[in-house]
Amino acid sequence: MPYRYLDDIAIADVAFEAWGKTLEEMFSAAADALMNVMVADLGSIRQDEKVAFSLENAELDLLLFNFLNELIYFKDARRLLLRIEALTIERDDSGNFTLQGRAGGEVLDPDRHSQLVDVKAVTLHRFRVEETPQGWEATVVLDI
Amino acid sequence: MPIPSEARRISDTVWELPRSYKEGMLVPARIYASEKLMREMDAGVFDQVTNVACLPGILNYAFCMPDGHWGYGFPIGGVAAMDPEEGVISPGGIGFDINCGMRLVLTNLTLEEVQPRLHTLVDQLFYRVPAGVGSHGFVKLSHDEFCSVAEQGSRWCLQNGYAWPEDLERTEEGGCFAGADVSKVSVRAIDRGYNQIGTLGSGNHYLEIQVARPENIFDAETARAFGITLPNQIVIMFHCGSRGFGHQVATDYLQTFLGVMERKYGIRVLDRELACAPFRSREGQDYFAAMKCAVNMAFANRQVILHRIREVFSNVFHRDPRDLGMEMVYDVAHNTAKLERHRVGGKLREVLVHRKGSTRAFGPGMEGLPECYRKTGQPVIIGGSMETGSYLLAGLESGAETFYSTAHGSGRTMSRHQAKKQFRGEKLQRDMEARGIYVRSVSWGGLAEEAGPAYKDIDDVVEATELAGLSKRVVRLTPIGNVKG
Repeated sequence: MPYRYLDDIAIADVAFEAWGKTLEEMFSAAADALMNVMVADLGSIRQDEKVAFSLENAELDLLLFNFLNELIYFKDARRLLLRIEALTIERDDSGNFTLQGRAGGEVLDPDRHSQLVDVKAVTLHRFRVEETPQGWEATVVLDI
Repeated sequence: MPIPSEARRISDTVWELPRSYKEGMLVPARIYASEKLMREMDAGVFDQVTNVACLPGILNYAFCMPDGHWGYGFPIGGVAAMDPEEGVISPGGIGFDINCGMRLVLTNLTLEEVQPRLHTLVDQLFYRVPAGVGSHGFVKLSHDEFCSVAEQGSRWCLQNGYAWPEDLERTEEGGCFAGADVSKVSVRAIDRGYNQIGTLGSGNHYLEIQVARPENIFDAETARAFGITLPNQIVIMFHCGSRGFGHQVATDYLQTFLGVMERKYGIRVLDRELACAPFRSREGQDYFAAMKCAVNMAFANRQVILHRIREVFSNVFHRDPRDLGMEMVYDVAHNTAKLERHRVGGKLREVLVHRKGSTRAFGPGMEGLPECYRKTGQPVIIGGSMETGSYLLAGLESGAETFYSTAHGSGRTMSRHQAKKQFRGEKLQRDMEARGIYVRSVSWGGLAEEAGPAYKDIDDVVEATELAGLSKRVVRLTPIGNVKG
């Protein structure tokens, strides 16, 4: 698992660190970390329904913020549990970061998905995206 | 966490961090806590409450209540009153779950009458009031109809057969914040919330059947005025908010404010979660109007849940809910910003009070209270952990210093992750049942996270509010049945 939950910050909520060799890997790991707060076994999510994402932001960290918010949006609006299948993050000529992605998932089925807790929002408290010698790393605090 | 050496003890239950504690503080910070609770506060509280003290237009003090703990932006338990002309509004001072709140409902049943049917009641409530990840409710609305809910709150419920007229009188602001404007709300927010009316949510949200035991009545006269008149009387308490709708409103405006705060208004903050805009700016007013929509949605959500609870009790006891005495005691918000009139520097004036994890607690005689509570002060509903108990308190005249604000719950002391490592949901359910509390949850993990030892001692918290003069104890309520989100 390229993510771990942190015990020592924002105790009423859930904080995690996610990492990857590339930005795309780190974003996908953060998506799984978010989904794993709500569902115990990510392997139980069938990837039948497809959802496409297209996002843009001048700031890399806010691009991650928007990306995680997309997953929360689909969880409430359509009760969809999603995992990332493909992701490309690029920087365009004007310096903006763009993200094109595809996720696969299914509508939450209480009989098959072992639910944990719902995520209300991604907070910007201590929110951080950083390049490291090994690749990329993010710290995220979720409101529960 | 040790108490910061800079903290000055003002009284047994009031501690002050002076302006010198952190560069940029405009006012001192005041934390309401006994010495024990102060020692239990996590480091985040001291950092966050003093960040709040740096916000433009803050009046008197940045406050933290006895149940305070580490939040984001404001601490949970944070209160700040702003000058509406010079000051800011910040979604981080309200929380993502706008108008998260508590509702308390009476019955004329006693423990002896309910005990034999407790399992049936809890099981039916569990099925009729959906909870859990992204759950949808039974009220099927179009986007347009949902917009009416957002602008009208509990009034919409009354028009559609989900409320009794007196329910609205016993809801803060009559169940509808005036000035809600749905044109200031995004379609995404409506998408997230329009099918969630009548749902509990998750985390620390719950619906509980409780008993008012005679030995737990602290103030019999006020208890009677609040409708607690029988020995071992059964009441129902629940805790939830504005669901995905409110969460998205807050998320949207957090980004709006980040875009204009420094560039347009020259405001810098110490945590991006404190993103804000001048209250009188276009962005500030837009957020205020959108926030009111989420406030109204939460009132409607709790009202529809009450309707379901009345149906369940009626089905189980084969009696009309009115015949079962299922009147509301009160509904209070604990995540809001409101324009209220308070005395500042001896003069009565309008102020914008942010309460994040803090309950309004108006004292006797104050405007805004329903006639039936003018003499007693406002009922204040404080939810404890599902294992320990909850409280009904009353507001006091001496609450003026905190702009009539008090605690909202018991406050966490253990991280969710830690609680999940330490407790097992299945075992916890069995142990609780052995102690006379029947609990149902959609999530074993979620249940484990809410174990009693993950919270501060509720008795300590309410005692501190009483000693500090913020609210007084009326009744301690013990859980016997619980539906956990």
